[in-house]
Amino acid sequence: MDADEQSEPTEAGHTVVERRSDREIVVTRMFDAPVHLVFQAWSTAELFRQWWVPRSMGMTLHECEMDVRTGGSYRLNFGEGMDFFGRYLEVVPSSRIVWTNEEGVEGGSVTTVTFEERDGRTLLVLSEQYPSAEALEAEGGALDALEETFGQLEELLASLG
Amino acid sequence: MLNHMVQYVTEELDASFAALADGTRRGVLEQLGRTDCSITDLAERFHMTLTGMRKHVGVLEDAGLVVTEKVGRVRYCRIRRRRLDEVTSWIDRYHRMWDERFDELDQVLETMKAKEQRDGRRRAE
Repeated sequence: MDADEQSEPTEAGHTVVERRSDREIVVTRMFDAPVHLVFQAWSTAELFRQWWVPRSMGMTLHECEMDVRTGGSYRLNFGEGMDFFGRYLEVVPSSRIVWTNEEGVEGGSVTTVTFEERDGRTLLVLSEQYPSAEALEAEGGALDALEETFGQLEELLASLG
Repeated sequence: MLNHMVQYVTEELDASFAALADGTRRGVLEQLGRTDCSITDLAERFHMTLTGMRKHVGVLEDAGLVVTEKVGRVRYCRIRRRRLDEVTSWIDRYHRMWDERFDELDQVLETMKAKEQRDGRRRAE
């Protein structure tokens, strides 16, 4: 991955998101903790499940199975047959984790997370690569369409008053 | 990751539509559209038991259509209007999701750092 120097966050607690191309999205964030701990929080199920589901999502992670090594697999279950799963294509301790996202109907995305040491802190770069521009647009578009439906529902509710 | 979000928004919508599939609940929403009410008011108006009305309000609340707030011993219900700024493009939602996720990760890392320091001290003793 080509590092775009301008987009690197230098302060902890600030998330940067950018579309690198029509089929790649990159998320960067600086963490005020050493690399080995950040890697551990990503590769140990017990720690991972403590932060992976944002509270505002209101979803509960029922099961979290992760065999974090090259060739291993993972499965996250949110109940009601809602599963997210895939395989680890590459795992290098305290350096990088690459996994596939296979729950989608079409060819899924590949996520790469790298951990880089920066004066005792950790720069985390997460990249999501879609097989095609269409695949990325399909998922983003699906979200926008759902948002629109929500908008219509809101209008309906407002008209009830 | 986008998949996660699509699933989540779909679930939210399913819950909203399921909540609206019931005549009493649509009536409750109409009533709340006019004015906030307590569960007791609603139960009387719809000729129901308190328990029955509590269930309906619970379904509407889970669907994110109604919020309730307890004032003293009375639970008031009001319709939940989504703030306009909640409706954003997927890239903004995506950004917010990672931001929230990483804020939680910061908390986990703080705990891990503290534990490592404690263990380190113990080993040194």
